[in-house]
Amino acid sequence: MIKFLLKGILRDKSRSLLPIIVVSLGVFLTVLLSGWIGGVFSDMIDVNANFITGHVKILTRAYAENKNQLPNDLALLDVEELITNLNSDYPDMEWVKRINFGGLLDVPDENGETRAQGPAAGKAIDLLSPDSNEADRMNIVKSIVKGSIPAKQGEAIISDDFAEKFGVNIGEKVTIFGSTMNGSMMFKTFIVSGTISFGTALLDRGAIIIDISDAQLALDMYDGASEILGYFNEGGYVDVKADSVKASFNTKYSSVDDEFSPQMFKLRDQEGLDQYMTLADSMSGIMVFIFILAMSVVLWNTGLLGGLRRYSEFGIRLALGERKSHIYKTTIYEAIIIGFIGSIVGTALGLGAAYYLQENGIDFSSIMENVTMMFPPVYRAVVSPDLFYIGFFPGLIAMTLGNALAGYAIYKRKTAQLFKELEV
Amino acid sequence: MKNITVIILASLTVSLSAQTADEILDRVDKNMSAENRVLESSMTIHGKRNSRTMTSKSYTVSDKKSFTEYLTPAREKGTKMLKLEDKLWIYSPSTDRTIQISGHMLRQSIMGSDFSYEDMMDDRKLKDIYTATIAGEEEIEGRNFFVLELIAKVEDVAYHSRKIWIDALRFVPIKEELFAKSGQLLKRTTLSDMQKVQGRWFPMKMTYKDMLKHGDGTEIHITAIKFNQDIPTYIFTKAALKQ
Repeated sequence: MIKFLLKGILRDKSRSLLPIIVVSLGVFLTVLLSGWIGGVFSDMIDVNANFITGHVKILTRAYAENKNQLPNDLALLDVEELITNLNSDYPDMEWVKRINFGGLLDVPDENGETRAQGPAAGKAIDLLSPDSNEADRMNIVKSIVKGSIPAKQGEAIISDDFAEKFGVNIGEKVTIFGSTMNGSMMFKTFIVSGTISFGTALLDRGAIIIDISDAQLALDMYDGASEILGYFNEGGYVDVKADSVKASFNTKYSSVDDEFSPQMFKLRDQEGLDQYMTLADSMSGIMVFIFILAMSVVLWNTGLLGGLRRYSEFGIRLALGERKSHIYKTTIYEAIIIGFIGSIVGTALGLGAAYYLQENGIDFSSIMENVTMMFPPVYRAVVSPDLFYIGFFPGLIAMTLGNALAGYAIYKRKTAQLFKELEV
Repeated sequence: MKNITVIILASLTVSLSAQTADEILDRVDKNMSAENRVLESSMTIHGKRNSRTMTSKSYTVSDKKSFTEYLTPAREKGTKMLKLEDKLWIYSPSTDRTIQISGHMLRQSIMGSDFSYEDMMDDRKLKDIYTATIAGEEEIEGRNFFVLELIAKVEDVAYHSRKIWIDALRFVPIKEELFAKSGQLLKRTTLSDMQKVQGRWFPMKMTYKDMLKHGDGTEIHITAIKFNQDIPTYIFTKAALKQ
């Protein structure tokens, strides 16, 4: 019977073409948008994780309370010992120390006096260790506009905007003026090894990136760090794993009675990401629900139109003695076959488009010049395993549901009136 | 005898009340301000983790010029600050750099203390920038004090209002609270160890507490102070920073 129905569908294009196009389009949009939204959310989470939150982050309790002020006087101490313990306790994670600091970025003239200056947003990461992944993690190499990343102590990367604005060239000196961990004045002169543009105002405004050993020296933070970030070695952020690590760490190392004891936060605890991730989690479900609802209505109408067009055909089949339930069943089978074909076509097209956007992305940096939130400049879709079925089943269900609703009219036909209706 | 005491107390009360807020501020300024002054002090900053003490020598001419050189500890030694009118430069011997401080950095704390560069820069007479009213009188440890409330009458002030307790006989403030426009208490200052120096009363110990900052405040002890000295003019030049 399947073969018979398939022949009917293929030969009578008016019966199949429009539903297949509608289902394909709906499935295509579902797959593409799911991939796109998944990619956008994933990009934003990754950017936040890589630059700010880690998959988990460790701060002192006192620092965490005032973290917006970058209070390095409350920073973590004895971090090497802590990282050794972390490596031992959680061997499937990578632990990195970072220092965040503020101050003035000052460019000297030939007399050593201020030629230009602006507010500095400093970040110190491990740039010089040969096995460090920090430069890659923060996409520094790809974001370099001129020059290169620091190759030795005493070198710095500064914001390309700042360098352009104040005419600072590679090899010139800049001085950071701020406060040390103890509150003393911090003056430290660096040679500019490169300029950088992340494409996000939040990161680019007054940015200076130095090696963590330079920052520890300049800020009197011997064996200290503003924060320790932890990243799962395999895959991205997994909330359940992060929750488990957080609970065990805080039980072992953190104490409410000691404001300088370390406290771990998972990514979801930070920067309002919980709300964001809840939205991300529910977005695919919302999309599929809307798709099935909308497609069912559309396909119901398509089915009704098809039913009207095939009114005579059904009448003749009933007059020839075919049972209503059999006609209804064959209609449903047809819908399943059409839904299947449409879903296959839509999924294939959606996956293709999502893959294209995964590889190329769309660059929004030009419209985000003044955005001060943590957004990536280029958004990409992501081809995840769920895309292979996320549109397929809704396409199949919507088509079947639509035809099931439309085909129900068959049961309203009265055999006694058939010949009159058919004008035989 | 009892009547005489009552008359004396009554006349003192009348004399206290008779003074206007501006007259009180004038008398305070006569004690606290001078044509110039040279002072040596030690500053102890009580942080959350530790306390640090540093010593410095300052030269000040009215509210226009000041020059400070840090003498100890070794890390701060040779660091100098020069204020000329509304400009401020800091010299760091370790980098041999002179940096002009401006913008938001003026609101940052000096050496991690509880007062900012902006506090240091704004040395204008209170009467010139605030409208004062007498809010009342208080007796603290057997001494009478005027309580003055000051509301800013110019825009460019760091604190919108102040409340000052002024010794009614010596005309020296002993306590001050500084408020934001919202009414939030930003800083509290206490002044003590009043000594008579060259005919004027002057507090030799000051404690500052930034109410928005953690830590237990900053103490300043004046170890030597001289008013109206002959200060060489070259002190107040940028060249002096590198010497």
